[in-house]
Amino acid sequence: MVLSVQGLYKSFKGKPVLEDVSFELGKGEILAIIGRSGAGKTTILRCVNNLVKCDRGTIQVDGMYLCKDDGEKSNYARQADMLKIRKKLGLVFQNFNLFPHMSVLENIVEAPINVFGTPKKDAEQKAMQLLEMLELEDKVSSYPFELSGGQKQRVAIARACALNPMVMCLDEPTSALDPELREGIAVTIEKLAQEGMGVLLITHDMSFAKRVAQRIIFMDEGQIVEERSKDEFFDNIENQRVKNFIGDYA
Amino acid sequence: MIDYIIRLMPSMLSGLQTTLEIFAITLIVSIPLGILVAIGRQSKIKPLVAVLQVYIWVMRGTPLLLQIVFIFFGLPIIGITFDRYPAALIAFILNYAAYFGEIFRGGIESIDKGQYDAAKVLGFTPAKTFKRIILPQMIKIVLPSIANEVITLVKDTALVYVVGLGELLRAGKIASNRDASLTPLVMVGVLYLVLTALLTVVFQKLEEKYAYYQ
Ligand SMILES: Nc1ncnc2c1ncn2[C@@H]1O[C@H](COP(=O)(O)OP(=O)(O)O)[C@@H](O)[C@H]1O
Ligand SMILES: [Mg+2]
Repeated sequence: MVLSVQGLYKSFKGKPVLEDVSFELGKGEILAIIGRSGAGKTTILRCVNNLVKCDRGTIQVDGMYLCKDDGEKSNYARQADMLKIRKKLGLVFQNFNLFPHMSVLENIVEAPINVFGTPKKDAEQKAMQLLEMLELEDKVSSYPFELSGGQKQRVAIARACALNPMVMCLDEPTSALDPELREGIAVTIEKLAQEGMGVLLITHDMSFAKRVAQRIIFMDEGQIVEERSKDEFFDNIENQRVKNFIGDYA
Repeated sequence: MIDYIIRLMPSMLSGLQTTLEIFAITLIVSIPLGILVAIGRQSKIKPLVAVLQVYIWVMRGTPLLLQIVFIFFGLPIIGITFDRYPAALIAFILNYAAYFGEIFRGGIESIDKGQYDAAKVLGFTPAKTFKRIILPQMIKIVLPSIANEVITLVKDTALVYVVGLGELLRAGKIASNRDASLTPLVMVGVLYLVLTALLTVVFQKLEEKYAYYQ
């Protein structure tokens, strides 16, 4: 198990957004969290990646506690541990958030070199391997504004992979892509899982979840409604809310 | 005529030197100070933000000429005395740091919040995020506004003549009065034009340097 989330709660200005969310992610597993817009999917990713602090709950990344619930509140890891935990996590944002003033290569090697002190040569070698795997070798010295949506996404994946994370999180990986590029990103996600990463992807795109995920969690209004392996999920949909959401795909 | 211009040159050049000194020192000190003001304005420390707001309000809401007069002629009344040169510099630096601070703040605020998120998940500290991610993008955004301010500053240096410093305008005015001639004033004008033209070119080059990305 590379990621464990237990009893996660989060509210914004008194409005509950996550209520008692619990799930686990195994090594090399692809888990999709689906649900309509506003269900709280992105908030889960932001909690897991410590971009927002949860109110209650325990999050464990590859055996290390990002935060641990003591029965009253959630206590966060100390700064030194936080950096170790960050290294185990990769996040690909919905709109990628590449650094516009840096070339593709610089985007990828920036954190390894300037945050984690990797020698420049090693960082660049690793970056080139990633770019090769993602078929972006010819874009090494391009700038983000010169790339298509799909290329930006692959750079964002390469940047997140540069620190050899155990868990890769992707927020709505198909939302900025033309439909014909979906198969490509599905294959990329499978490659990451084959490398041993646990992949947590968030989407409201049912057909994409069906294509790539091994396990599916359906959430609505901040709560997990269904959790099943993919085949089971589509074979016996009992919950009315899931039925309504799935509609055509069932 | 040419002879007259050549005879005026030494006093003009010495005036020009003072003008350039005030210009350069003001820039070198007020730009970093302006960055600090901009960072301070974003701070969570409420009293600091309030103090900076009042500072910016006063500096931008009153004439620079008044600020110079206040420091050089006003403060001695309550026992705080500066020589003319430091008095003029203090006024210029405080005034320009306020303007630059507001420009930088606008630049920082226009950067997408996602850049901070991306830096954070990659392990950047707030200081590294500012230095490696925010500052370089901010510079590109603010360059045109900074260019405007810098050109205004060249012309504003003429204000120091009120404290009796021998800068370019004063050199021209003395010669013009003494010789009852318009030529020294025209020369002063030409020198300002040359300075602002040079600065325009410098900033054009800088903007080109940052044009490599969008
Ligand atoms: N920083 C925030 N401040 C206030 N409300 C927020 C914030 N982030 C998310 N929310 C709210 O939380 C709810 C869930 O948002 P989100 O997790 O982005 O949903 P999803 O990704 O499933 O569409 C929404 O109602 C949204 O308005
Ligand atoms: Mg979302």
